[in-house]
Amino acid sequence: MKIAVCVKQIPDPATPYTLDPATHFVVRPAEQVLDDTDRYGIELGLQLAEATSGSVTLVSMGPAGNLQGIRQALAMGADKAVVVSDPALRGSGAAVTARVLAAAIAREGFDLVVTGTESTDGYSGVMPQMLAELLDLPALTFARKVSLEGTTIRVERQTAAGYDEVESALPVLISVTSGAVEPRYPTFKGIMQAKQKPVDQPTVADLGLDAAAVGAAGSGQSITAVRPAPERAGGVKIKDEGEAHLEIIKVLERTKVI
Amino acid sequence: MKIFVFAELNTAGPSTISLEMLTKARNLGGEVAAFAVGAGSDAAFATLGAHGATTVHHLDPGDALPAAAAAAALAGLVGDGDLVFFGLTQTDRDVAGRLAARTGAAVLSNAVDVKVEGGSVGVVNEILGGSTLVETEFTGSGPRLVVVRPKSFTAEAGAAAQPQVHTVPVPDTGRSGAARITARHAEESQGPSLADAAVIVSGGRGLGSAEKFGLVGELAGILGAAVGATRAVVDSGWVPYSVQVGQTGKTVKPSVYIACGISGAMQHLVGMKDSTTIIAINKDEEAPIFAVADLGVIGDVHQVLPKLIQALKAR
Repeated sequence: MKIAVCVKQIPDPATPYTLDPATHFVVRPAEQVLDDTDRYGIELGLQLAEATSGSVTLVSMGPAGNLQGIRQALAMGADKAVVVSDPALRGSGAAVTARVLAAAIAREGFDLVVTGTESTDGYSGVMPQMLAELLDLPALTFARKVSLEGTTIRVERQTAAGYDEVESALPVLISVTSGAVEPRYPTFKGIMQAKQKPVDQPTVADLGLDAAAVGAAGSGQSITAVRPAPERAGGVKIKDEGEAHLEIIKVLERTKVI
Repeated sequence: MKIFVFAELNTAGPSTISLEMLTKARNLGGEVAAFAVGAGSDAAFATLGAHGATTVHHLDPGDALPAAAAAAALAGLVGDGDLVFFGLTQTDRDVAGRLAARTGAAVLSNAVDVKVEGGSVGVVNEILGGSTLVETEFTGSGPRLVVVRPKSFTAEAGAAAQPQVHTVPVPDTGRSGAARITARHAEESQGPSLADAAVIVSGGRGLGSAEKFGLVGELAGILGAAVGATRAVVDSGWVPYSVQVGQTGKTVKPSVYIACGISGAMQHLVGMKDSTTIIAINKDEEAPIFAVADLGVIGDVHQVLPKLIQALKAR
């Protein structure tokens, strides 16, 4: 089975990202890391590829930088990566991103597309179904458990109240929640091999898309203001010396909880 | 400009977020229609009407996963410049994504406010754990899709009004609509629901184990509170996803939120920082949760919680 897994390089969440003061776009350093929540999709892709003697291709869009995050994903065991990295894409909204990723996935060919549910830096949370619509696929979204029986994929789909059992025949798109599988750690061998694995970096033109229709100009939106949120009034911080629970009780009394 | 509000119909009626969005749409003025998906009832339609929908377009996709059919039907209803509201929930997001891809419309997600001035529509969202607000305007043509964070607006019923109900035939969406729901499961949690609870006791990885997480449940039981948890705890399988608070879980605004062993990752803060009073217990003095806490206790939850529980029991 040929599996495409969408991944994203993001600024290290340990050091919050900054916005360019002129464009308001996220500043993306050369050193970006693999979005941690993508590891679940990669793991699922690898498990299904192992079960079907298949392959896993990573598909990503964004400034390639030094490809650190992509190499982290390859080190887990994916076979190769396609990173659409083109200055024309700067400022692309979700709809443009979906068109670019869908074109890259279609060019590779696939039986299954796997994504996370949302990225940790953008959080739009609409990409999986956008891709499915553009690729004319059913989408089994918010999967917390996935199984393959023959050519049928069955998932447990998270809902607000609990979960639904949902199924569809291949080809299909799955978005996985964190916790759906236990991502493997890259081995030393995997890390070494990742350096040699092919990383294709097509431009927008290579995918047959019009550069004028992507990027900020093609996204139908413009950031007009960025400002700090109103801050909460400062609170009280105390060190527990064995009696801190009494302070909690005072607050519970004051707020009439007890 | 018309405003369409997506309304998922559950067994208990329209989703809470749909009523919040309808109230906002009603206050913005103009023509408001609900696009209701699921098994309908006169009571559900009346609720949508009371919250502001003068028209309800009703689609019942049966056992199909609804996104493909709902997006195809909506695409035929929405016009240039119309505003379409979705909630930041699983099904709403799925439909918004499909509709955006189908129509080429821009979609702005994580909205905490929507401003309409003249012909322009601006959306406010929060980034960096809610510490920074970003305003974005739609600039292109086509419908304007907004995905709204729950609890951004307060649902208020107006005068009772029976909306005009139009039944929408289920469109044929071919392969993209082929996913089927074969069973539905509710994961019951004990006590009050997270969405409505006045008090929430929430636990993070600092509890250390599923067994120790029981302290959170015990305290919640004494206070009549709902139990919440961080994503890390849910991912570890200690508690079900239905109690997750944060960006990828529920947004809550209780009177009192007690964060136990929670460091305060941005992912979590964005879901609870608007609680009226926040009490935090954490070992790490530098934990970001203390920046939003009204009372921050630097201490070990395994010491503080048992004493608190014992003292409350003794009252």
